[in-house]
Amino acid sequence: MPKDTGIGASPLRREDVRFLKGAGEYTDDIKTYGETVAVFARSTVANGIIKSIDTSVAEGMPGVLAVFTGADFVEVGGNPAGWLINSRDGEPMKEPKRPVLAHGKVRHVGDAYAAVIAETDRQARDAAEAIEIDIEELPAIIDVKEALKGDNFVHDEIGTNQCFDWGWIEDNRAATDEAIKNAHHVTTLELVNNRLIPNAMEPRCSMASYKASGDEYVLHTTSQNPHLTRLLISAFVMGIPENKLTVIAPDVGGGFGSKIYHYGEEALVLAAAKRVGRPVKWTSDRTEAFLTDAHGRDHVTKIELATDAEGNFQAFRTETYANVGAYLSNFATATPTFLHGTLMAGNYTVPLVYVNVKAVFTNTAPVDAYRGAGRPEASYSLERVIDKCARELGMDPIALRRKNFIKPEQYPFASAAGLEYDSGNYDALMDKMEEVADVKGFAARRAQSEANGMLRGFGVNAYVEACGIAPSNLVGVLGSRVGLYDAATVRVNATGNLSVMVGAHSHGQGHETVFPQVVAEMLGIDAASIDIVHGDTSKIPFGMGTYGSRSLAVCGSAVVRATEKIINKAKKIAAHMLEAAEGDIELKDGQFSVAGTDKSVSFGEVALKAYIPHDFPLEDIEPGLEETAFYDPANFTFPSGAYCCEVEVDPDTGKVRVDRFAAVDDFGNVINPMVVTGQVHGGLGQGIGQALLEAARYNSDGQLESASYMDYAMPRADDLPFYTVDHSQGTPCTHNPLGVKGCGEAGAIGSPPTIVNAVIDALQSSGKNVTHIDMPLTPHRVWSAMKNA
Amino acid sequence: MYAFDIERPTTVADAVEALKADEAQPLGGGQTLIPTLKARLAAPSKLVSLGNVKEMQGISIDGDTLRIGGATIHATVATEARSRYPGLARLASKIGDPAVRNRGTIGGSIANNDPAACYPAAALASGATIITNTRQVAADDFFLGMFETALDEGEIVTAVSFPIPEASNYQKFVQPASRFPLVGVFVAKFADGVRVAVTGASEGGVFRWTEAEQALSGTFAPDALDGLNVSEDGMINDLHGDGEYRAHLIKIMTGRAVKAAS
Ligand SMILES: Cc1cc2nc3c(=O)[nH]c(=O)nc-3n(C[C@H](O)[C@H](O)[C@H](O)COP(=O)(O)OP(=O)(O)OC[C@H]3O[C@@H](n4cnc5c(N)ncnc54)[C@H](O)[C@@H]3O)c2cc1C
Repeated sequence: MPKDTGIGASPLRREDVRFLKGAGEYTDDIKTYGETVAVFARSTVANGIIKSIDTSVAEGMPGVLAVFTGADFVEVGGNPAGWLINSRDGEPMKEPKRPVLAHGKVRHVGDAYAAVIAETDRQARDAAEAIEIDIEELPAIIDVKEALKGDNFVHDEIGTNQCFDWGWIEDNRAATDEAIKNAHHVTTLELVNNRLIPNAMEPRCSMASYKASGDEYVLHTTSQNPHLTRLLISAFVMGIPENKLTVIAPDVGGGFGSKIYHYGEEALVLAAAKRVGRPVKWTSDRTEAFLTDAHGRDHVTKIELATDAEGNFQAFRTETYANVGAYLSNFATATPTFLHGTLMAGNYTVPLVYVNVKAVFTNTAPVDAYRGAGRPEASYSLERVIDKCARELGMDPIALRRKNFIKPEQYPFASAAGLEYDSGNYDALMDKMEEVADVKGFAARRAQSEANGMLRGFGVNAYVEACGIAPSNLVGVLGSRVGLYDAATVRVNATGNLSVMVGAHSHGQGHETVFPQVVAEMLGIDAASIDIVHGDTSKIPFGMGTYGSRSLAVCGSAVVRATEKIINKAKKIAAHMLEAAEGDIELKDGQFSVAGTDKSVSFGEVALKAYIPHDFPLEDIEPGLEETAFYDPANFTFPSGAYCCEVEVDPDTGKVRVDRFAAVDDFGNVINPMVVTGQVHGGLGQGIGQALLEAARYNSDGQLESASYMDYAMPRADDLPFYTVDHSQGTPCTHNPLGVKGCGEAGAIGSPPTIVNAVIDALQSSGKNVTHIDMPLTPHRVWSAMKNA
Repeated sequence: MYAFDIERPTTVADAVEALKADEAQPLGGGQTLIPTLKARLAAPSKLVSLGNVKEMQGISIDGDTLRIGGATIHATVATEARSRYPGLARLASKIGDPAVRNRGTIGGSIANNDPAACYPAAALASGATIITNTRQVAADDFFLGMFETALDEGEIVTAVSFPIPEASNYQKFVQPASRFPLVGVFVAKFADGVRVAVTGASEGGVFRWTEAEQALSGTFAPDALDGLNVSEDGMINDLHGDGEYRAHLIKIMTGRAVKAAS
């Protein structure tokens, strides 16, 4: 019987009531008395020297309150990179300043060089158009390999377009080269991991207000991590003391990574609110979102896989050019390195891995973590080259993977890419996948498709990822400039209901439903009496926010720890009330009782007592019932999965239809199976979008050609099949109190290679020797590949 | 958006009068025009909404022709033309999404002549007549190239009159992002011959594939196209397909349209 409450139950998401009724309150919904509007003037060229900016006409236009240019921000700091990467030669990465507004040079189409504050949106836009800028246009630097030649630099002061040249694991380089040189068989694949635009439903929006009386600022903004945003603004960019700045991320309509980062628009509205003495709001329009939200992926990779005659993996070697765009976004340097290279051993016992990543500046929007962040890139490279290898060796792709899987008895397993996997069972996942996907029935389905003039292909993928980001001591050694713990405060109110203040931010994940399930289970009380408070730095403890599938594994663990403290304190109070020894008090179903007696008090009575402590022994028991815990994980968590799909390809047009998709994941323990299934569905949608539809394309002049939905193809419901999702094969995480691993990114990590493998299989079935097509596999690309085969 | 005035006349005469103002522009369903205004790519001083003009609304049958008022929305055509001209109704039912179909009008689509619009293919393949406030223009003379038509300044499409074919079909191979046709082919079979019109593919906008028309007028079957090929010269090259691909798709989609119609 499935439970109907607590851990393992699937109550409907309580937050959906307001979202579905249009009653959510997003930043742009918050109207403040005296509010003014900020509009940015943005570069229409990709690369150019700013000769002059004339704002005089704009300043005199109706309703204009202030005009800012880069010159107003030369004194303030740059928006920093959160992770230091050292190159193979030991040199630290290049970190050119990322200013609030472009100064001296514009570096990508959409780079903001001025901002107007006006009474109305139209006045601000009219004035922004009236700003005159004289730009000496320079050739655009777009291609990552070309960028490393010549002397045209995105940032002249660093004298190169290479941010770093990173090797992982550098000590394994020679041995890996040797293994590849001497291998029985080497499979080589060159591929592009296509650049994506996150496309959160709610565009970014920031509103600042300033109170002169206390020299205090409040920033409402679309953030996945308000404390991190505050820290960046306070410590690096604006120098506003943290205790004078409140950052509030109210309802946020999706982030997928793009709202982790601090952006210059946030700093601008803060400065403007002080200068004009009124609240200032900026709301991104959709074009600005395309041009300026941090993009994702964009790797150009060559991968080699060495095997022996039996198909045992001996080494993986990759060389990747990672486009970081025009400026370093906050986690741009971590994403292609430690979130990518460390996963390049996959699910396999391969003894040697060497990864080289060159990060390259270009005249394009900054690139940073996007759902999966580095791990989709790793999984795609690995699982594509393994598929190609299986074909070359004449082996079944499932059998080849199984042959090289880490076996359950090998945990904890030290991977050749430097991580210690704590738990997993990849064969069990593959068994389950073969069962739920009816893999045996494929041949018959293929025959049926062929009878209809269609090509049918089967694709498989095994992935492991690292999430629950992240153990501070480990990431500190690797270059992270922040800790990656999280925090929770559990406040039991006098009347017995609870407010749980958490550092994680919920913008679609369902925390408001799931976290109470955990607390309710632990306390034996009704989840309906527990509310989650998140997103407001003045209310919540200092947590690091939501990304990297960390909310439950890290913040949820903090919730558990804080709730344990509540239980301990409540037992003390109960013991006092029941005149018993603290050690004899047991908590069950919301009742504190003295072991072996029928004496008990309810949770509610204890709560009330905590706040009306008329008879407390004050030297033993403090009044109140409120506890905070910070939780720093001991390791990453390692979700894994076995995915497969079947596609039909129309040989006349190249159009791919995904007929079925099975995702079998190991997320460890599952708190709310429905929410987890929803997360998988969303991830699969984005992954299939990457595989078949989505592409951010810049032309050689640096113009973003796919800057609207007319040209950037988002997946729609009818592009996607009905999924078969299973998470019955969980192996609990061994190091966090809930045994959970994280499920937010899995679908986006595991699905792209699955789809591409299936399309290649379909084409091969028609006798076409197509071994690879770069994503997205649009009809045109698939048709061209068939024609040229 | 820049500021503009709006007028809502109820007769064609009043609409024509209102359009005489400087920089005035007709507003149909706004599905093309409003996004253009939002992006500040156009700055009309005045919009003259045609939505309240009664005589431009609705569908009527006159013998073998179907007359559609210029302000008739796609959703109306999709349902009300179904029994008499199913090929056209089906085309209308696949334009955009329900919101677009319940605002966008045939007059707006024809007047705009987007190189990837659906209606121009139906009008050209049907040998339709475009009726304006001043004259009647054959479809063959109306569509002059990408976003270009025979309309004069201030001239309004008040109706489109479609001869009803014996059989017809429209095949729309969608561009994955916009879902406008990457290539759309409308085939219409009349007693005196077959007409084939192609949209989405050519830099010159909608056009007739006359070789296919001749072949299909002889034998109305997909095989009739076997020896034919479309030249890629003048075909659109963009993110979603090059000229060669579009030329190939024209033949495939024509074959499918013939198969579906026969
Ligand atoms: C999301 C989306 C998807 C779409 N998909 C498709 C598709 O698949 N296929 C397709 O064909 N179209 C598609 N469209 C376009 C849609 O069909 C529009 O309705 C059409 O292009 C314009 O019609 P409208 O009535 O909205 O015209 P408007 O946008 O109001 O006007 C367009 C132009 O025509 C002028 N105009 C309007 N009415 C008249 C008239 N009666 N006489 C003279 N001039 C006039 C206007 O001044 C303007 O210049 C799509 C649109 C959207 C937003």
